Amino acid sequence: MSNVIQAINAPVDYAHFPDLTGHFGPYGGRFVPELLIAPLEELSAAYERYRNDPVFQSELLADLQYYVGRPTPLYYAQRWSERVGGARIYLKREDLDHTGAHKINNTMGQALLATRMGKKRIVAETGAGQHGVATAAVCARLGLECIVYMGAEDVRRQSVNVYRMRLMGATVVPVNSGTRTLKDALNEAFRDWAANVDDTFYIIGTVAGPHPYPELVRDFQSIIGRETREQCLNEHGRLPDALVACVGGGSNAIGMFHPFLEDEDVAIYGVEAGGDGVETGRHAAPLSAGRPGVLHGNRTYLMENEDGQIMPTHSLSAGLDYPGVGPEHAWLKDIGRVQYVAVNDDAALAAFHDLSRTEGIIAALETAHAMAYAEILAAQMRPDQTIVINCSGRGDKDINTVAEVEGMEL
Amino acid sequence: MSRIEYRFAQRRAENRKTLVTYITGGDPAPDATVPLMHALVTAGADVIEVGMPFSDPMADGPVIQLACDRALAKGTGIAGVLEMIRDFRRDDQDTPVVLMGYLNPIEQTGYAAFAREAAAAGVDGVLTVDLPPEESNELVTALSEHALDPIWLVAPTTSNERIRAICDQARGFVYYVSLKGVTGAATLDIDSVSSHVESIRATTQLPVGVGFGVRDGADAGRLGQVSDAVVVGSAIVSRIAENVDDRSAMLAAVSEVTRDLRHGLDSPDLEKAL
Repeated sequence: MSNVIQAINAPVDYAHFPDLTGHFGPYGGRFVPELLIAPLEELSAAYERYRNDPVFQSELLADLQYYVGRPTPLYYAQRWSERVGGARIYLKREDLDHTGAHKINNTMGQALLATRMGKKRIVAETGAGQHGVATAAVCARLGLECIVYMGAEDVRRQSVNVYRMRLMGATVVPVNSGTRTLKDALNEAFRDWAANVDDTFYIIGTVAGPHPYPELVRDFQSIIGRETREQCLNEHGRLPDALVACVGGGSNAIGMFHPFLEDEDVAIYGVEAGGDGVETGRHAAPLSAGRPGVLHGNRTYLMENEDGQIMPTHSLSAGLDYPGVGPEHAWLKDIGRVQYVAVNDDAALAAFHDLSRTEGIIAALETAHAMAYAEILAAQMRPDQTIVINCSGRGDKDINTVAEVEGMEL
Repeated sequence: MSRIEYRFAQRRAENRKTLVTYITGGDPAPDATVPLMHALVTAGADVIEVGMPFSDPMADGPVIQLACDRALAKGTGIAGVLEMIRDFRRDDQDTPVVLMGYLNPIEQTGYAAFAREAAAAGVDGVLTVDLPPEESNELVTALSEHALDPIWLVAPTTSNERIRAICDQARGFVYYVSLKGVTGAATLDIDSVSSHVESIRATTQLPVGVGFGVRDGADAGRLGQVSDAVVVGSAIVSRIAENVDDRSAMLAAVSEVTRDLRHGLDSPDLEKAL
């Protein structure tokens, strides 16, 4: 597929992906048990109806403005840029969104859709807890029942986020199956949805899952890239030379990248979690070191063994600790539009400190992976060039992890 | 006539219902599966479904997920399951065997290689729970080349239009999921099952099996009244789980529940059912 596109050198019409059956080239699709086909069709139909509905869109826009706090600033990290040397580095401050990460752009949109569909009960999965918190918040805001599935291991690691969710009225259900992390929470959320399809809406937190979720979540997150594009044009008179974002499932990255895909002069980099190093096998970088397969409703790159069993992942950042990745990223990798790289735990940790000390911004460990790669990239670029990083979340949730790694007790 | 069709035809000729039983291959250990399969047949099972373990069985409840975990912990993958079926076939050439599992391990084996090896091992049908008919051309073609029956699920949420599309591709029997939820979940609504089974029968000549939520002979008897076959998984796998450390107790418990299911199907207690 990638060879064909390159051979004829035709521009790719990115807006027309996925196709009507939910495919991005060979990726995506709707690989779910028969029971879930009808609710997914119902969701697709509702989304088609409301995506261009001016009343729905203006309601969403108002919530994004007054509740979430959009637009977020595009901030020039001058001291950090000078320290690194090379390109000027800008941060799209999604860490300033209400609840502290980009996740709420999506939960706001999906929760509004749920109310339009008459669903009063929301289920969600969460890893680090950011998506869970963002879901709990919008459910409280809209008066919806909220059940969040979270791996028992993550419940232990992220107790502050668990308490935040409970404060906002959500029920947090620890998942003890499998590896007791994000992928198992997804399995459990799907099971809940299957048992309660009539009154329940499943808010998936990333651009994975069966069609239409990868498209739906991308569209709700694309406000990041649209704002960035406008801010670059208004404030600098031109587009950036490069974009960098971290990729777990890939929702903050696709939200930043998608509005720039047709701008061929903008180089785009997705940064996966290299963990202890891709060569060690202890990582969470399916695009860098996995192969295509089917999990959680879509075909994409996966970390799997030769029998097709899903492998445990490793990353210091719980939010990147997932063995799959959104199908659109898989396709963008194959056609060569986005370069995917991996950054190890220690490099991410170093960048976490660099940004804290030079800019007074404590970014999430997930985001720190993008920071670490931007440092490498910026150093190879000229001072008249610009890089925009999606500063996808704040790092308050991670200070215990960082302290623990560095042998400190808080 | 495939082994599956023949078995259903036999039972129909006897005016009996078909009992389909599920176990996960390699649960709790590779050498347990073949004796369990023979015990199921001896106790009255007509068709055996063997689960191919998967790390993320999202359509299954906790009972079968734990069975997958036990099997994977002892290293059972598709190749291991096929080896077990080859062993089973040495002593039983009549009982149809259906493989049940998720797409990813099949895809990593390769559709053509999987179909060839499954047929060679003596498998009769394949049910892939997370593969919808829209995505299934390549696998169904590979299965057909080796005379393997693709078995499809129909759910309470399936539209009549989709029932037609599914039945067009189905061979062997159609598997109606009798309730919303995952395997091993709550309670049965017999009227709802009956009306859905009638919709399927209006579309296809294939026999209709009903599963999800069948706990005992009484449940089986009630469902048998409105279908051609009853599929039982979690109720059997629970008996395996309760006896993982005692192989003879395990075989006895699995045989006991299977005899109860058989008895319930053959002589339904309609008083109790109502």
